[in-house]
Amino acid sequence: MNMDQPLLKATKIDKIFPGVVALDKVDFTLKAGEVHALLGENGAGKSTLIKCLTGAYHRDGGDILLNGETISPRDTLDAQGLGIGTVYQEVNLLGNLTVAENMMIGRQPKKWGMVQTKQMNRQTKEILNQYGLDIDVAQLLSTYSVAIQQIIAIARAVDLSGKVLILDEPTASLDAKEVQMLFGVIRKLKQKNIGIIFISHFLDQVFEISDTITVLRNGRLIESVTTVDISSIDLVTMMLGYELGEETKLKEHDGVERETLVEFCNFGHKQLIEPFYLAIGKGEVVGFAGLLGSGRTETAETLFGVTPHDSGSATFKNENINLSSPRAAIANGFGFCPEDRKTDGIIADLSVRENIILALQAQRGWANPLPKSEQDEICKKYIKALDIRPTDAEKPIRLLSGGNQQKVILARWLATNPEFLILDEPTRGIDVGAHAEIIRLIENLCEDGMSLLVISSELDELVAYSHRIIVVRDHEHIAELVGSEITTNNIVEAIAADLNVDNGQYELKGVIS
Amino acid sequence: MMKSRYLPLIATCLIFVLAYALCYWQFPNMLSTRVVGNLLTDNAFLGIAAVGMTFVILSGGIDLSIGSVIAFTGVFIAVVLKETSLHPLVVFGLVLVITAIFGGIMGAIIHYLEMPPFVVTLAGMFLARGIAFVISTDSVPVKHEFYTFLQDSFYRLPGGGRITVIGAAMLVVFFVGIIIAHRTRFGTNVFALGGGIPTSKLMGVPVAKTTIGIYAISGFLAGLAGITFSLYTSAGYSLAAVGVELDAIAAVVIGGALLTGGSGFIAGTLIGVLIMGLIQTYIIFDGTLSSWWTKIVIGILLFAFILMQKGLLLAASAQKK
Repeated sequence: MNMDQPLLKATKIDKIFPGVVALDKVDFTLKAGEVHALLGENGAGKSTLIKCLTGAYHRDGGDILLNGETISPRDTLDAQGLGIGTVYQEVNLLGNLTVAENMMIGRQPKKWGMVQTKQMNRQTKEILNQYGLDIDVAQLLSTYSVAIQQIIAIARAVDLSGKVLILDEPTASLDAKEVQMLFGVIRKLKQKNIGIIFISHFLDQVFEISDTITVLRNGRLIESVTTVDISSIDLVTMMLGYELGEETKLKEHDGVERETLVEFCNFGHKQLIEPFYLAIGKGEVVGFAGLLGSGRTETAETLFGVTPHDSGSATFKNENINLSSPRAAIANGFGFCPEDRKTDGIIADLSVRENIILALQAQRGWANPLPKSEQDEICKKYIKALDIRPTDAEKPIRLLSGGNQQKVILARWLATNPEFLILDEPTRGIDVGAHAEIIRLIENLCEDGMSLLVISSELDELVAYSHRIIVVRDHEHIAELVGSEITTNNIVEAIAADLNVDNGQYELKGVIS
Repeated sequence: MMKSRYLPLIATCLIFVLAYALCYWQFPNMLSTRVVGNLLTDNAFLGIAAVGMTFVILSGGIDLSIGSVIAFTGVFIAVVLKETSLHPLVVFGLVLVITAIFGGIMGAIIHYLEMPPFVVTLAGMFLARGIAFVISTDSVPVKHEFYTFLQDSFYRLPGGGRITVIGAAMLVVFFVGIIIAHRTRFGTNVFALGGGIPTSKLMGVPVAKTTIGIYAISGFLAGLAGITFSLYTSAGYSLAAVGVELDAIAAVVIGGALLTGGSGFIAGTLIGVLIMGLIQTYIIFDGTLSSWWTKIVIGILLFAFILMQKGLLLAASAQKK
C-alpha cells in the first residue's frame, strides 16, 4: 500500500434533509495510525458525517474512498464488513449476554451446530488481553462497569472491522481514571495502524489524544489542522464561529435593583446537590453553567420537586412555599422544561395541541376539562407566537423537528403563565435557526417580567442572555459571575479552576437586595 | 455475585424439593415411581407447550395462541382420522407443518409490521380456536389401533411406575430445547432479542429470521402438545385446552425466566411445570381440597417469583453503584 495514500478519504460529502442542508461539501481525510478528532457544536454536522461514513445515512453527494477504493456502505453492518467500526456513547452491547457472547455473537465457533463455549471464551480472552483487560468473559456483560463495557465494545469493533474505528463521545460517562484507561487502549490501537475518529466535547481530552483536528460548523468544514499547531482559544473560536476576544457584551444591569421573586435557603439534597442559597429576581435570567453531570440538572430537579429537597426551605414573594412535588411547584407558578425532551418532555403520540395544554390541564385538575374552543385558542396563540411549524395543532408531536418540539414544550409552560420558568438545555439538538429563535424568546420572556433559570452547555448562549451565571461543579455551586464578569473565558476558568478558589468568592453579591 | 444469574433457577429447584419433601412427609406414597411417571404423563402437553413459550418469553415476546392451537390440533387430527384413511403419523406430520407455519406467520407479522406480539398472538388465538370450531363443534373420539399401540407402550420403572410415550416425548423436547437455547447460535440470538432488538440489529443478529423462527418453534411445539393431548385424551374437542397458554406462562415464570425477556432457562420451565403438577397431585392425594387450590398456590408462587426478580434486579443495580 502506498504510504501516502490516506486510509479513508471523503470528498465533497453532501447530505440534505427536508429544509436543512446538514452537510455541505465536507471533505474529511483519515490516515492510518492517527487519532483524528471531529469537533463542532451541537448541530454542526458531526454525527451526520459519521452516519454517512457508516452507512446509517445515504449521502446525497460526494465520494468515500477506503484504501483508495470507492465505498457506499448500505448500513452499519455493511460498513463493519468493509472495515469501519463504530462505538457509541451508549454502549451498544447486550447486558444480558456474557462478555464472550457479546464479542462473538454471529461468529461463535461451532462444532456440529453447537457453540463451543470454551473455545469462544478462550478466543475472547485472547482478544481482550491485547487491551490489558483480564476479566472473566463468562460473566454477564452487565456485571462490569461502563468503562470496561466501552473497551469491550471497542475490542469488538476493531476485531470485526480492523481499519477505521469511530468513537462517538466514548468518554461522556467515564471518570478521569477510566478515561486514561480508554486512552491507553486508543494508543495501542494507533500502533496497530488503525485510523481512529474521535468525537468528544471535552477539549482537554481532544488535545491529549488526537493528532489531527477537524472542525465542522453548520454543516461546513471549517478547518483541518494538526493538533500541535493550534491553541485552545483558536480551536474554540473555530467551533463557535466568533472571536472570543471580541466579547464586549458587558451587562449594564449591575445597578438594577430587582425585587426578589423566589428565594431558596440552604436548599439541597443529600446525594444530588450540596445545599445552596439562590435568590432570583423578577425578570432576571440566571444561567447555570457546568459540565455534564456536575449538578446542574440536579439543581433544577430539586427546585421543581422532581427529587424533593431534603434540606432548606423556599420562599416565593416572601412567603414560605412547599416544593415537595412537581404538582406543588406548578401550583406555585413554576414551570420546568426538562433536559431530555424525548423521554421527559413530549408525549410523542399525542398531538401538538394535547402536548401544549397538558400542564395547564394538570393545573386545573382533571375534573375541570379545558373546553375545546379554549384549547384551540391557546394553541393558535402559541403556534403563532413561537412560530411552531407545521402549524397544524392536531399533528402528532413526534412528526415535528427537534426545535419545534422544544417550542411546543415551551408553549406548554407558557400557557400556564408561570412566574418562574426553569429551562434545562433548551437548545440541545435543534438546528441553528430554531436555536436563535429560542434565545430571542428567552430574552423576550425576561423583558416581560418572567424569571428564568436556564441551564446550558453552550456557554456563548448563556453569556448572551444571562444576568447572572452560577457555575456548578461536583454537585456544588462553586462560583457566581455577575455583569461584566460574564464571559465565556471566566466561565471556563471557573469550571476548570483548581479547588484553591478562595471560598470567599462564593459570597452572594450584587443583585440580591 | 455471578450466581445471581442462576438464583431464580436455584430457587425454583429448592421450592420443588421442599414441596416434594412436604408431600412425602404427609403422604409417604407420593415418593414412588408411579407418582413420578404420572407427573410426567399428566403434564406432558403443558410441558411441551411451555418449552415453546420459554423461547418466546426469552426473546421478550409472548404467545397467547398456544391453547387454541392445541385444541385445533386435536380436532384436526380426530376429524382427519375419522374422515380419511391416512395413517396417524402422516396426520401428525401434516398438523405439525401447519402449526409451525401458523406460528411463523405470526412471527413474520410481529417483525415486519412491528406489531406487539401480544396483539398478534391474541388474533392467532381467536383464529385457531375459531377454525377448530368450524371443523367440528362436537368432541370427536379417536379410535385407531396406532393410538392404542402408542398409549399402551411404556417403559416400566422399578416400583411399577410408567414412563409413557408422551411423558418421554416431553423429556426429549426439554432436552432438545435446552441444547437449542443454550448451545446454538440461534439460542444466543433469542437471548439477544430479549436484551434489546435495536441493539441486536446493530450487532448483526438476524432479527427477522430469529423472530420468525421463535414463533414457528412455539407453533410447532403447540402442535406437538396438541398431538400429545390428543393421545392423552383420545379425542379432539374445540373447547379443550382453554387457558393453557397462561399455565405455560406461569410455568416459565416460576421456572425463573424474566418476563421482560433476555434471561431464563429451559430447564427451569421443566421444574416449573413439575411444581404445578405436584400441587395438583397433592390435592388428589388429599382428596378433600378443591382443585381450585392449585390456582391459588400457583398465584402465590407467581407473586413470590415476581417479587424475587424485582429484588434481584434492585440488588444487581445497587451492587454496580
